Amino acid sequence: MSESISERIIQIIAEQAVLEPSDVSPDKTLEDLGIDSLGLVESIFAIEEAFDIQVPFNANEPEKSDFDISSVAAIVAAVEKLVAEQHA
Amino acid sequence: MRRVVITGQGTINALGHDVPTTLAAMREGKCGIGPLDLRDVDRLSVKIGAQVTGYDPEALFNRQQIALYDRFTQFTLIAAHQALDHSGLSFSGEAATRAGVVLGTAGGGVNTWDENYRTVYEEGKNRVHPFVVPKLMNNAAASHVSMEWNLKGPSFSVATACASSNHAMGLAFQLIRGGACDVMVTGGSEAMLSFGGVKAWEGLRVMSKDGCRPFSANRNGMVQGEGAAVFVFEEYGHAKKRGAEILAEVVGFAMTSDAADIVMPSKQGAGRAISGALKDARLNPEDICYINAHGTGTAANDKVECAAVADVFGHHADDLMISSTKSMHGHLIGGTGAVELLACIMALRDGVIAPTIGYDEPDPECALDVVPNEARTAKVSAVLSNAFAFGGLNAVLALKAAP
Repeated sequence: MSESISERIIQIIAEQAVLEPSDVSPDKTLEDLGIDSLGLVESIFAIEEAFDIQVPFNANEPEKSDFDISSVAAIVAAVEKLVAEQHA
Repeated sequence: MRRVVITGQGTINALGHDVPTTLAAMREGKCGIGPLDLRDVDRLSVKIGAQVTGYDPEALFNRQQIALYDRFTQFTLIAAHQALDHSGLSFSGEAATRAGVVLGTAGGGVNTWDENYRTVYEEGKNRVHPFVVPKLMNNAAASHVSMEWNLKGPSFSVATACASSNHAMGLAFQLIRGGACDVMVTGGSEAMLSFGGVKAWEGLRVMSKDGCRPFSANRNGMVQGEGAAVFVFEEYGHAKKRGAEILAEVVGFAMTSDAADIVMPSKQGAGRAISGALKDARLNPEDICYINAHGTGTAANDKVECAAVADVFGHHADDLMISSTKSMHGHLIGGTGAVELLACIMALRDGVIAPTIGYDEPDPECALDVVPNEARTAKVSAVLSNAFAFGGLNAVLALKAAP
């Protein structure tokens, strides 16, 4: 399950960044990948749709959000947590 | 050069159903934001807004009118009625051809779209009311105003998102100054507080779930409002000749485009609009005592707006007052500049500066005098009203006290 969540998120981010999934390594930040604020909001939407979850994220205060977007690995971990909570 | 003055004003918004009530609320720093009362609100994640409450369209309009008037048109007609009554003008013969109407709205008949999409998509019906198109079109409000008051000159609607009203009023000003008209009915309206209207904004993740706190370090987004404000702009000689009461003079207008980003604001684009309005008005930066800010309460707008003001005004930025009344009436999107012009006129006429309410914590990136939480009295001779739209379209008006 965890593997597929990670793969699916990397696919979403790669599509947003117009990169190959192999270029989206877990340590990268969205900024490294050239994803801007609109790209971020669009990625979160795609993640919500893909996993049927609600992601708590307000673009005005990203640092205060429970949803950690500091790297690809952080996003994967946050989504895994939300999937576990919301599909429990 | 022909001069342009304001000789009538009207409004309906979350703070009141007319100008005196609205201005009293602004003076008291009342908040018009509360829980949204609309269909399917439980499916929204943003559940607050500055709604027009205690409103009964059936008491004001007959059945045939309601069939043709979307909520944004109803708001417009209510505000226009007050403004035209206030001005004491009526239009016939040659005078009618020298008068027009230009109004801002971003979404037009959003409730009409929403209701009829439900009809065909949700309820699966294959038939809609015959007046859907004339009801939802953005120019419906401008057209009904032209019909109601026999305005036969230039009439149209302007849609530039959050700057719609300022663009509309700026164009009305230019049409009179340039000689095309003697009187223009102008302002704007928005009625986007429907399920679809709020849902669309939710998607962008820039909305606050708990309140509008412009310039405050703990701000977390914008809050939508609804309503309208309408003004009568009139050529100065025309107004003077008939002994009209003059509320204020419109002295300058500038519009610029960032040509940069579809949602992020630009300090340069905003700054060019502000300095352009000063130049058009032949005012020096030191002449400006008050700015009604765009001040949406988003992280991005407020810091960029303060930086633009600091750039244009230099040291004087610390001496002038800048407040965002959106903290009280919410963000009326295409109607917002019009409601905010009421605060500008109040500053010039009554010497009362409407506050930025909800202000909790200073933000070093917004280190200006934002008139926190309480209205202030001050003698004010010239003011600006800022509007910076999504899409990077900026429109700034300059006003002076009545001559």
